[in-house]
Amino acid sequence: MLSSPVAGIADALRRLGAGSIAAIARLGYAARFAVAVGRESPTAFARLHLTIREIYFAGVLSLIIIAVSGMFVGMVLALQGYDVLQRYRSDESLGVLVALSLVRELGPVVSGLLFASRAGSAITAEIGLMKATEQLSAMEMMAVDPLARVVAPRFWGGVISMPLLAALFSTMGIFGAYLVGVRLIDIDVGAFWSNMKAAVDFRYDILNGIIKSVVFGVAVSMIAVFEGFDASPTAEGVSSATTRTVVESSLAILALDFVLTVFMFRGISQT
Amino acid sequence: MKGGRSAVDLWVGIFVAIGIGAILFLALKVGNLVTFGSTEGYRLEARFDNIGSLKVRAPVKASGVVVGRVERIRFDAKTYQAVVTLKIDHAYPFTTDTIASILTSGLLGEVYVGLDAGGDTAMLPDGGKIAKTQSAIVLEKMIGQFLFDKAAPSGGK
Repeated sequence: MLSSPVAGIADALRRLGAGSIAAIARLGYAARFAVAVGRESPTAFARLHLTIREIYFAGVLSLIIIAVSGMFVGMVLALQGYDVLQRYRSDESLGVLVALSLVRELGPVVSGLLFASRAGSAITAEIGLMKATEQLSAMEMMAVDPLARVVAPRFWGGVISMPLLAALFSTMGIFGAYLVGVRLIDIDVGAFWSNMKAAVDFRYDILNGIIKSVVFGVAVSMIAVFEGFDASPTAEGVSSATTRTVVESSLAILALDFVLTVFMFRGISQT
Repeated sequence: MKGGRSAVDLWVGIFVAIGIGAILFLALKVGNLVTFGSTEGYRLEARFDNIGSLKVRAPVKASGVVVGRVERIRFDAKTYQAVVTLKIDHAYPFTTDTIASILTSGLLGEVYVGLDAGGDTAMLPDGGKIAKTQSAIVLEKMIGQFLFDKAAPSGGK
């Protein structure tokens, strides 16, 4: 008979071990799931109407929230930016400030966060409920692969929608900044646009922003379909899977954004 | 059902068109995709004693018009000079006696390279070297020089 402190430590270590194994197993399952979705992806494009339907749910229905938030973010950026810039008499650079912050960072990141909570949670809830009501099992019984019929179209619908939404977010933000900067504060309209155009580079700024939004689209869509597919087939299971989708995709966006920013923009500031 | 699907198709079509329109707006109106492509152009080399705070991708201007960008800056350890590689648009050839100077727009503005073409008839080829250059004006040195000049006559008296 072991003394009780040793048994307590062994028990704690056993729990730590079990937790680690479960976490690694889930990661492996997620990776295999991602590969399987990739393998079934041709079906999503062969039967394009399935994917188009998902672009409608993920993209078209997110249009309003993305456009409105983009515009407000741009207007607020213009007001706050002007407040600081005019102290240094460089308020003509307002367009540059707003355009660079939106195109490089805020466009992809904020629209990614909105996309995760607006579309990602809906995808998880839908697939989770399909699993809970045994629709996925029924499909398998009819020799229809749920990965090809349900998961792949939703994944690609999200991946296609995300960069378009991010571009729309940035455009609406710049339009909002134009309204506040030029119409309300009365900055010279020529300086606003020409300084912006001189400072924003297509390859370094805009293309890197689009690459970011594509990466976020892949991450959010993959997390959403995986959490839905992996949800426990109960009401609580679906609800906690939906919560996990929003939390995990938000953290994934912020972490990926940092890594991508280091690779994309570190070289410029150093030279 | 058929009507439902075509309505979805229509909305997705509108969505994709808006998205592509937004990307085009960013590329053409916000960015400088058309005004100066980053791939086209020929290179010129200029040596400066001091480049101040010139940075890569800073504009190269002639008569105030952006004609190119700074592509590379390196230090030549033999002559102790900064070697600046400029990428100039094909549409703008410059004469062999062009003067390159490092200028600042305004007191706190961005630093850029100014090109002043001379009267020569021969044009600089791709990879050509600009012989005449004018270094950046370092404000501290200028103030120091000014104070020195002011102090010299009064000290002589």
